[in-house]
Amino acid sequence: MQSVFTGPVYVVRDNIDTDQIIPAQYLNLIPTIAEEYDKLGSYAMCGLPESLYATRYVKEGKVDSDYPILVAGRNFGCGSSREHAPIALGSADCKLVLAESFARIFFRNCVATGELYPCECPERLCDLLKTGDVVTVDLDAATVTVVATGKVYSFKPLGDVRPVVDAGGLFNFARSSGMIAAQA
Amino acid sequence: MTLTEKIMARAAGKSRVEAGDNVWVSADVLMTHDVCGPGTIGVFKREFGQNAKVWDRQKVVIIPDHYIFTADSKSNRNVDILRDFVKEQGIPYFYDVIDDPSGHWVFDPAKGLTNRQYGSNYAGVCHTALPQKGHTRPGEILFGTDSHTCMAGAFNQFATGIGNTDAGFVMGTGKLLLKVPETMHFRLEGALQPGVMAKDVILHCIGEIGFDGATYRALQFDGPGVANLTMDDRMTIANMAIEAGGKNAMFEFDAQTKAFVDYRCKLNGTKATYEPVERDATEKFVYEHVVDLSKLEPTVACHPDPGQRKRAKDLGEVKLDRAYIGSCTGGKTSDFLEFARVLRGKQVVITTFGVPATPEIVHDLQTARWGDQTVWQILVAAGVQMTENAGCAACLGGPVDTFGRMNSPMKCISATNRNFPGRMGHKESQVFLASPATVAASALTGRITDPRDYWN
Ligand code: SF4
Repeated sequence: MQSVFTGPVYVVRDNIDTDQIIPAQYLNLIPTIAEEYDKLGSYAMCGLPESLYATRYVKEGKVDSDYPILVAGRNFGCGSSREHAPIALGSADCKLVLAESFARIFFRNCVATGELYPCECPERLCDLLKTGDVVTVDLDAATVTVVATGKVYSFKPLGDVRPVVDAGGLFNFARSSGMIAAQA
Repeated sequence: MTLTEKIMARAAGKSRVEAGDNVWVSADVLMTHDVCGPGTIGVFKREFGQNAKVWDRQKVVIIPDHYIFTADSKSNRNVDILRDFVKEQGIPYFYDVIDDPSGHWVFDPAKGLTNRQYGSNYAGVCHTALPQKGHTRPGEILFGTDSHTCMAGAFNQFATGIGNTDAGFVMGTGKLLLKVPETMHFRLEGALQPGVMAKDVILHCIGEIGFDGATYRALQFDGPGVANLTMDDRMTIANMAIEAGGKNAMFEFDAQTKAFVDYRCKLNGTKATYEPVERDATEKFVYEHVVDLSKLEPTVACHPDPGQRKRAKDLGEVKLDRAYIGSCTGGKTSDFLEFARVLRGKQVVITTFGVPATPEIVHDLQTARWGDQTVWQILVAAGVQMTENAGCAACLGGPVDTFGRMNSPMKCISATNRNFPGRMGHKESQVFLASPATVAASALTGRITDPRDYWN
């Protein structure tokens, strides 16, 4: 499994709720239908108020984001239980979120879907980085390195969560580890 | 063990569990709706096969309620997907929008947004419909694909929101792996003063711990004050546990719980046996807070999150464009009665929308009489735009043609439960959360107003 990710970050602040990750008006899209899964990606993070976030996460007319790494403050993903939220991010090609803390259901949905790695970083990276800064994240070492400065920050190791996301989510993991029977 | 731990231990077949343990628990009910149901069904079929059967068709409850009264074709399609699945699986508890089991749901905008457009089985907002239709029982485990599933904690039940993948797993196996949460303890004492409502209690508690203060924790409400709260009040409080990040809420079982649950299960012919959990000396909490209900004042959570607690009387400077009453937490019959008590014989000065949570509540309001008018007529006479189309409506924004949705940046005071940016529509709009009484008083002045100034 890929353990090192390098790319520009997109930085958001505290309490980004699921309405900002994927606005409710797009919940008519069903994530298990391929076309609608792609559409969800094109709307990822489009609920952020433009007055606070001038740069869009996904450019107009695109389905993927230029930012594979999202950096956030406290309580990322609070609000609704909609799985559309981690799915929209995953569909937009987001690989991982580095947040100071996560809301419970969002964290669980990241793992269950295997869409992205939710990494908890006690350091307030959202105060230290700005959108476009390039970092290298090493999941094995649980470190983030800022490419321009060489500064290194640590995050909480993913532990049991890692193999589930690696496997592509709860079902794949449960099958590969023999917890549930292989698909008929 | 705390009440939450006791229910989880029982559902896991263990004599005891501790906070932090990971246990497989068996579900008593799995609820899903039109927004997450189709995705859950998609996961279920992808993982268990096209011909798979749900683990127990008596335990799956399907309630379309979110995007119903909209001309958006995908939303209408999603209700049809639920109907097809119910037919294929033989699921008895499906509260369809239409009566024809082989029909298609198409909303007709020409009939207007306020006139009833549903059949006799439709039940309205899932969390309010679940207890009304006899699906909440003490001591049981309820999973729902919706974060406000925690509302059923009012009935001494472990109830929590889950995502589609987890729900797909439950649909196939009837089980889910859960971490036992730590419990925070809120002891309630005394009784609320006139003009102060259950919404003020929970806004007070969230303000106390911060809106991520209960992340991954259970909130237990008990103490002598609970006897002074109706089941509706307890539902309002439990509903917003998630607004502090909580996994679930939990109330003690008492005579009121029993009367409500027994009546509703009998009325609807649902399973009427259950085993409540009771407190004992072994419970351990990670946090303790005593709330003297008699000291609480009308409270508001300001934009942009439910933890921004202020007193209504200190916010007279905030000028409003709109008022809204509705949702699972704030659209119950008792909510509308308090709302009407403030508005009766007066006129609102800002656009005001009223959306009852369920058809039964519409019926209550259209039949309850105060003098020679029904409560519904009193509200309409006061200038409130009331819709018979019970559902989630603008509580979560929804498609652009949704009743009451904010399609431009404005300030709204609302009896709903969430006020993150964009929650009720336009992403630059602002929502202030308050009790139905405070929403009513504010609708009369166009500014945030303490309802005690208008208490009849
Ligand atoms: S009324 Fe609002 S909070 Fe309640 S279920 Fe519907 S959208 Fe969610």
